Amino acid sequence: MATVTRRRRQPWLVYLLLTLFMLGAILPFVGIFLTAFKETPELIKGPFALPESWSLKNFVAAWEGARFATYFQSSVIVVVPVVIISALLATMSGYALGTMKFPGDNLLLMLILLGLMMPFEAVIIPLWQIMGSLGLRNTYWSVILPQVALSFSFGTFWMRGHFKNVPSELIDAAVVDGCSTWGVLWRVLFPLSRPALLSMIVLVFMWTWNEFFLVLVMVTGDLRTLPVGLALLRGRYASDVPTMAAGAMIVSLPVLILYLIFQRHFIRGMISGAIKA
Amino acid sequence: MQSLFRRIRVDGNKPYVRAYHPYLFLLPGFVIYLVFVLLPIAGTLRYSFYDWTGFSEPIYIGIDNYRRLLSDRDFWQALSHNFFFSIFYTILPIMLGLFLTSLLTRSRLRGLAVFRTGLFIPQIMSPVVVGIIWRWMFQLDGPINQMLNTFGLGHLARPWLGDFTFAPVAVGIVGTWVEYGLAMVLFIAGAQAIDEDLYDAAKVFGANALQQFWYVTLPGLRQQILVAFVITFIASLRIFDLVFVLTRQGGPGKATTVASILIYQEAFQRNRAGYASAMAVILTLIIVTISGIVIYLQSRSDQQEAL
Repeated sequence: MATVTRRRRQPWLVYLLLTLFMLGAILPFVGIFLTAFKETPELIKGPFALPESWSLKNFVAAWEGARFATYFQSSVIVVVPVVIISALLATMSGYALGTMKFPGDNLLLMLILLGLMMPFEAVIIPLWQIMGSLGLRNTYWSVILPQVALSFSFGTFWMRGHFKNVPSELIDAAVVDGCSTWGVLWRVLFPLSRPALLSMIVLVFMWTWNEFFLVLVMVTGDLRTLPVGLALLRGRYASDVPTMAAGAMIVSLPVLILYLIFQRHFIRGMISGAIKA
Repeated sequence: MQSLFRRIRVDGNKPYVRAYHPYLFLLPGFVIYLVFVLLPIAGTLRYSFYDWTGFSEPIYIGIDNYRRLLSDRDFWQALSHNFFFSIFYTILPIMLGLFLTSLLTRSRLRGLAVFRTGLFIPQIMSPVVVGIIWRWMFQLDGPINQMLNTFGLGHLARPWLGDFTFAPVAVGIVGTWVEYGLAMVLFIAGAQAIDEDLYDAAKVFGANALQQFWYVTLPGLRQQILVAFVITFIASLRIFDLVFVLTRQGGPGKATTVASILIYQEAFQRNRAGYASAMAVILTLIIVTISGIVIYLQSRSDQQEAL
């Protein structure tokens, strides 16, 4: 019965609306993508007119003239250590909190989960002060360390949830075979945890790559990462729409490519990361 | 090396290990977390009771910052802008999502993955890029005004983001654009998981399509609505990058200034770090309270489901 009813009701209206809404979500990006290849006089033909030639001239202007190469380098220098360090540290802490019972475990977990709700506004002023007294202000460390600390919070929450669901027989069996605590983690659990780890890594990558407030406050000049470099661009490149469009593409492409490859990881992580408990 | 998990079960799930081991695993991460998150949180709270420029010697002034905040029109105006934007960030996307879901009631969608990929894209983009794109869209010679001209509505064209009346709405529309896909993805996925029998039962009792939506779909989506609510509402309270770029830190005048922008300006442009700390405390309290309420509601509805 049910299948018959289902087949009879073709939700064509829903498909139509979904298509329109989906186009609405991506068309602005399509527009900026096309604009990144145009010459300024072509702009009056509308955002979705195809460029007269697919020249990379604007990308070169952004990369060299507007210094996006420098900002790109800063982004990479910040993101790579943040992702590696926080993945490592969060795997270890998530393992402890997910598989072991010890005095103070709930308190530690609560303290770490607190960081999930914290906006950078809640910490930025003392952070600025601390970085000053450590002599780290306007160095990459002043961005990397706080970013690791906040990613640790999400990572621990995420990996703990994962390790908690690993059947305890698996751990028991490894222990019987003479595995140490350290060995259980790296030889037994780690190989099983690649999907969870991958989700965490792509999310931390995205959040760090897109982070704006922290970078804006902590560093200046060549140390700025791509989003801040783009936002603070001034002068003749800033008023040239095609160069700005090319710059916006340079900022977006790394995350966009990762997203298109790992979209399930992104969506699952961002949705469950928001509930947080 | 000897076995470190003792085979004593405490809660039937977590084997006991050498007493200090878990702490060793937690230590390196927790130290960084302590220094760069927990201590700064305490620091913000502490500085909110001080008169401090960020460079000077902090002077304790009790609750003076908070007292001043109470009568600070700029701060409440900025917060009210956050709440105004939450209409666009939260209510509109949830309504749009529910509307779409109501049309689909019990039909199963195919190719959802494609729609999901597209609808979620605004969520993963840097808000700076989103701001750059929409600043260009709203520009006097930008696509929106071009379109108005094409349809003979050229007299309506204006620099939207420079207009005191329209700038807040324009920023809000960008917020709706960012968030609606999330609500749709969540609700459609949730609706597909609702038990078919519930609709059959409702039909037996003579429920029409609207009643089926009200009594079956909506309660079935409670969890998803909560999630969409918390994500988008907190996003609207935390807006910073988007306004920083779109209306150049809250213009025209202060028409689109939000709390985070004000905190940034007070702390790092006007050197009133103590006062800005008090603002940050209030904003954080609002965010934490809302997260707390939602987590509580959610754990309660989990319990109900378990019964």
